Amino acid sequence: MDSELKELYQQVILDHNKNPRNFRKMERANHFAEGYNPLCGDKLNIYVELEDGKIKDISFQGSGCAISKASASLMSSIVKGLPVEEAEKLFEKFQAVITGRITEEEDIDKLGKLAVFAGVREFPSRVKCASLAWHTMVAAFKQEEKSVSTE
Amino acid sequence: MATEIVTQKKKEPHSFNVNEIRADFPILKEIVHGKPLCYLDNAATTQKPQAVIDTIVKYYTHQNANIHRGVHYLSELATKEFEDARIKVKDFINASSEKEIIFTRGTTESINLVANIFNKAILKDGDEIIISAMEHHSNIVPWQLIQEQKKIKLKIIPIDDNGDIIYDEFLKLISEKTKLISIVYVSNSLGTINPIEKIIEEAHRHNIPVLIDAAQAIQHLKIDVQKLNCDFLAFSGHKIYGPTGIGVLYGKEKLLESLPPFQGGGDMISKVTFEKTTFNELPYKFEAGTSNIADAIGLGTALDYISRIGLDNIIAHETKILDYATKSLMQIPGLKIIGQAKHKSSVVSFVFDNIHPHDAGTFLDFEGIAIRTGHHCTQPVMDRYNIPATSRASFAVYNTEEEVDILVKGIIKLIEVFN
Repeated sequence: MDSELKELYQQVILDHNKNPRNFRKMERANHFAEGYNPLCGDKLNIYVELEDGKIKDISFQGSGCAISKASASLMSSIVKGLPVEEAEKLFEKFQAVITGRITEEEDIDKLGKLAVFAGVREFPSRVKCASLAWHTMVAAFKQEEKSVSTE
Repeated sequence: MATEIVTQKKKEPHSFNVNEIRADFPILKEIVHGKPLCYLDNAATTQKPQAVIDTIVKYYTHQNANIHRGVHYLSELATKEFEDARIKVKDFINASSEKEIIFTRGTTESINLVANIFNKAILKDGDEIIISAMEHHSNIVPWQLIQEQKKIKLKIIPIDDNGDIIYDEFLKLISEKTKLISIVYVSNSLGTINPIEKIIEEAHRHNIPVLIDAAQAIQHLKIDVQKLNCDFLAFSGHKIYGPTGIGVLYGKEKLLESLPPFQGGGDMISKVTFEKTTFNELPYKFEAGTSNIADAIGLGTALDYISRIGLDNIIAHETKILDYATKSLMQIPGLKIIGQAKHKSSVVSFVFDNIHPHDAGTFLDFEGIAIRTGHHCTQPVMDRYNIPATSRASFAVYNTEEEVDILVKGIIKLIEVFN
């Protein structure tokens, strides 16, 4: 594979695509949002169980490309247990990295496992694939009834 | 193999040599991600032959002026070139008069034009318009916009699992309230060639006019509007090797005469006072404002180019490529072709068991292969097959069997990486 392509489709991403974590409907969720990317038709449902301002449990369902699926999978494993504000702050940093606003290796590394998505910045048309799950999760926190669109 | 024919041989009057044709398209020599460009996104837009590029450069270098009212040399020259292009379009689709050829920005604007004037002059609450389940959004949304103003009903001809319209269901949709049937000739996402001859004949039995969306047909099929007897036909220049931003609406003269103008402005008027305006004759009544002169002339050159090669030759070549691609792709385990209509043209849409079309698109791009992935502006078609998107390879006159092989090899590599 070409190096730029390898950077995008890192093994971690391919793995999460094949075996997504927390890929299920959650019956006891008290927050829910539906994400939609009209550009590619991807749909993503995010289920959250919030307790005392913390993410007690989070899961997702839907159809999407490897990037969006892996992003939802990794996101759900990382934010589980975090307070809502911290998850939102993490999204801000994540967004800055995938859009290329943060490029310093050091800063990217602070994202931990999420750093595997840094390669997305070279593919502007795929940024929305990586951010769909996050947008949808933030919407779920606010319990927005409507479906969320990346547009 | 067909592509290995020696190019030095003297050209027969009707010989077809794909290598000679490829040499006419400079962009085909581009290198993408270190690989030779394998352009299989022709249903989105076709590449332009040097002749078309030269025409546009020549126009802006030597001929540019505004048309129709200037008395000076350049204005007369530009007017002649522009009107000659109209005659070329007329001849290409065998319209009976150049009055029937209206230049627009493209298929979308052509359909919107018809929707707009039908809304103004014909449609009333309770009226019905029939379209098919495989329409491009551009033949759905203009009618829905009318629904915001009037209670008109949009009736949809259903399609079967192969991607053919269900003709008997179409017959049931016709009523005395049907004011127009607007249907795509060739589906851009499935490749289906619709039986429009039959549909037009049936519609006329009930005195219903028919609009044909020929965006995906004009470059692949022989179109004779008089023989088809369609009332309107819309197409875009950029899908037939011409420039973007120019398109055509063909309409029967009598029908166009009876309908009100689309937009108001210069060129479409005969006399203007503050009390009353009389409209210009056809086709200018429907061409308000300065037209896209250069690109209309460029489209004329594209049509000349197609005619020189011969649509018969093009159809034979493209059929061969489509058959080869269909057979080759069908052999790939885990790949499913969406759209297996009996009559198809130049489009293969496919999905994989476990790979999303967007991942396929990005991966293949690094092999130099340009295909389209997504819903192809036909979301209802995707819903019909319960899929979010497809990957689509679409062919043109310059594609080769070797390029199909490159696609197949790329897909096999893709499957290896993702599974």
